[in-house]
Amino acid sequence: MDFPPDTLHSTAPPPARAPTPHPAPLWAVRGAMSRKMHVAFAVLGFCAVLAVWLGLAESGWFNKVFLPRPQDVAQRFYTWLVEDDLLKDVSISIYRVMGGFMLAVIVALPLGLMIGTFRPVQAFFGPVMEFARYLPAVAFVPLVMLWVGIDEGSKVAIIWIGTFFQMVLMISEDVHRVPMAQIEAAQTMGATREEIITKVILKSALPSIMDSLRVTMGWAWTYLVVAELVAANSGLGYAILKAQRFLQTDKIFAGILLIGLIGLVMDQLFRWVHRQRFPWLYA
Amino acid sequence: MPKLNIRKGSKIFNTGKITLHALQDINLSIHENEFVALVGASGCGKSTLLRIIGGLESFTAGDVSVDALPIVDPGLERAMVFQDYSLYPWLTVAENIRFCRELKAHQKDNSLRATYHAIGRAHALMELMGLEHISNAYPNQLSGGMRQRVAIARALMPAPEILLMDEPFGALDAQTREVMHELILHLFAQERSTIVFVTHDVEEAIYLANRVVVMAPQPGRIDSIYNVPLPPAGQRHLDMKLAPEFLSLKKEILQRIRATARVHTDAGLLDKLTKPHHHDNEEGRSL
Ligand SMILES: Nc1ncnc2c1ncn2[C@@H]1O[C@H](COP(=O)(O)OP(=O)(O)OP(=O)(O)O)[C@@H](O)[C@H]1O
Ligand SMILES: [Mg+2]
Repeated sequence: MDFPPDTLHSTAPPPARAPTPHPAPLWAVRGAMSRKMHVAFAVLGFCAVLAVWLGLAESGWFNKVFLPRPQDVAQRFYTWLVEDDLLKDVSISIYRVMGGFMLAVIVALPLGLMIGTFRPVQAFFGPVMEFARYLPAVAFVPLVMLWVGIDEGSKVAIIWIGTFFQMVLMISEDVHRVPMAQIEAAQTMGATREEIITKVILKSALPSIMDSLRVTMGWAWTYLVVAELVAANSGLGYAILKAQRFLQTDKIFAGILLIGLIGLVMDQLFRWVHRQRFPWLYA
Repeated sequence: MPKLNIRKGSKIFNTGKITLHALQDINLSIHENEFVALVGASGCGKSTLLRIIGGLESFTAGDVSVDALPIVDPGLERAMVFQDYSLYPWLTVAENIRFCRELKAHQKDNSLRATYHAIGRAHALMELMGLEHISNAYPNQLSGGMRQRVAIARALMPAPEILLMDEPFGALDAQTREVMHELILHLFAQERSTIVFVTHDVEEAIYLANRVVVMAPQPGRIDSIYNVPLPPAGQRHLDMKLAPEFLSLKKEILQRIRATARVHTDAGLLDKLTKPHHHDNEEGRSL
């Protein structure tokens, strides 16, 4: 969590640094880095992975069926897009993730808030949630298919089961970490219980809740693929499964990379919203 | 009639097997427009007493009342400034100071006049505290001293009759502290409120207060009370810290605190720890 509790701040003003005539060394411990440099290094990281892949694939040590070349994957990606309705697969998958994730958030947010705020609620739900968290969501797949059937509901349900319990616990932790001093300050100013919850606790915990949601979003994608691998006839996970039947390794690669890419975009979106909504953390 | 009255107050903390007598038989009357400082060794219950006056905790036995009305919870006539920074990091300086206006308890009078008055007061407080130029900054952009000024301004916003402060300057350096002392004295002279001020710093206590209450630990109790022979708040200045009566009072209070603290420095042990090692073997045996 990158939410610094106000109480931990050192009180002395930061020591004035001597003006640096030359740019700070790149390898200073916890050193700074310009935005441009940062992007350059990130691109370099991706390129390195690509280079290793290319090298191994071109070396001829592996059968093309097991390790397709990057250009083959790119080619497959293109044909998938124009001939095989890639966009439909992507959109149905995103739709499922969003459905399951949103349903989890709608229940987890108020519940986590209550658990983190009121002891009786914590005592009532906390242990149950801790227990439920260790139930393997994947093993619920047959049950869910039995209960909900094999239509959209089952994928959403699996994603919900996979994310909800963790989410509740993480949100309640975030709420519980709101410094008591902030709450007591409001009490001494005559705030009611509702006001303390809405104007202090929620406001104070929101940045870390947002981070928790970002992390759980990643898990939602994992469970989506699980759900689509076993119980679907559309979506990215299903496309990967179908590709396996036809030994289209390049398509499997394309599907995996695409899911990774969508995850990365979502993550960056969360971070962007975080920066926009919580400017005081970046000031 | 005293503004604030404490009779036979005692507080017991029960944490598991340990029963802790944090406060025992506390009797204290504080008059309107009086500045009382609480000093004493660490753990003598200063913060606990202040929190009880603030309504955040309550006595196990005994009474505490404001204007003869028993204190049961926090009230608008009392405001608190905390030891650590309890500012809201998501609000700017100005928004923090105006925070109480967001609460129903302070919106009973929503007339235009009351609103104008509140805006005026917020501005006046910011000006008084030297905060106008940073009114749009967030607390984590400020130095410790600045943050504590904001906390004080926020507490003063609803014009409380009683201001409770728990080591508000404990984390500040000596120079910033002195500036804050002048500010508090100025405020006290202007706002005419009643102040209860907890501190570790005896000099600070004498310089600011009309009366200094020395507390003793185990069990937490009032040991002695000293009247401060200095002119009223508006006429105090730094040179008075060097006056003989100031210094002798300081010495007396420090001696009282030391006598009650029950912490003794073992000179022999200190010697052992700091003496250069002559013989490794001998040292090993003696330790
Ligand atoms: N919530 C609590 N539960 C149990 N014991 C407590 C609690 N609050 C305070 N105490 C105990 O009560 C005693 C008095 O604590 P208090 O914080 O009031 O002392 P203090 O005089 O403010 O000390 P300091 O100068 O170090 O701030 C201490 O021994 C402390 O451990
Ligand atoms: Mg204390």
